Amino acid sequence: MSITRRAVIKNAVVAGLVTMAGLPKLLLAAWPESAFKAKSMDDAMNALLGTTESAAGDIVIKAPEIAENGAVVPISVTSKIANTESISIIVPNNPSPLVASFDLTDSEPFVSVRIKMAKTSDVVALVKSGGQLYKGTKEVKVTIGGCGG
Amino acid sequence: MAETIKIRAKSTDDTVTVKVLVTHPMETGTRKDSKTKKLVPAHFIQEVKAEAHGKVVFHADTGAGVAKNPYFAFKFKGASKGDTIKISWVDNMGNADSREAVVK
Repeated sequence: MSITRRAVIKNAVVAGLVTMAGLPKLLLAAWPESAFKAKSMDDAMNALLGTTESAAGDIVIKAPEIAENGAVVPISVTSKIANTESISIIVPNNPSPLVASFDLTDSEPFVSVRIKMAKTSDVVALVKSGGQLYKGTKEVKVTIGGCGG
Repeated sequence: MAETIKIRAKSTDDTVTVKVLVTHPMETGTRKDSKTKKLVPAHFIQEVKAEAHGKVVFHADTGAGVAKNPYFAFKFKGASKGDTIKISWVDNMGNADSREAVVK
């Protein structure tokens, strides 16, 4: 009798632990604050991806040559790299260069987003695939900045 | 809160293209209010998530560099016409919203 009782309790505890172990992982897919607060592209890359090294990759960035309004710059990034895990978008000349990071493990290697640009700058797309980092850039000329004033 | 999310999800072949429009100020925290001359506090979406069949298919960490009233588009496989997709967001002030849409 007491053995079965023990077993039941043990099972309950194990189940509880498993649930607890599973939950924080989901909840704590924590927002990478230090990466978003970084003031330079290298700092942001280090904080987010742990490296500043990247190879040139087959990444297509669609963005306007000239953006009249830096507050809304539509861009889209398509990665032609196999097993694209994530696409991060960085604007080096912005006060906070990291704009967004997309986890695309379970989706197609494409993302489109509207971003702010303080002034003329490259738009950098970093693609993570199999532990390797690939980089694509495109320059966008901004006539009116989208940050501040 | 009024509806903050607009979703268009369209299935072509085996890929679903999802377009999301969220109503949000996306304040950077560096802009000054023109009347009060005080800084407008940072207020921006930090996380956007899409789920289909209870599985996360798209996840974004976003900063204040995303434009006001953010627009996102992405594609994924593994859902078809009639399936439900759920989009949710959380901002730095703890506000959150979610909405479901049917794939067309």
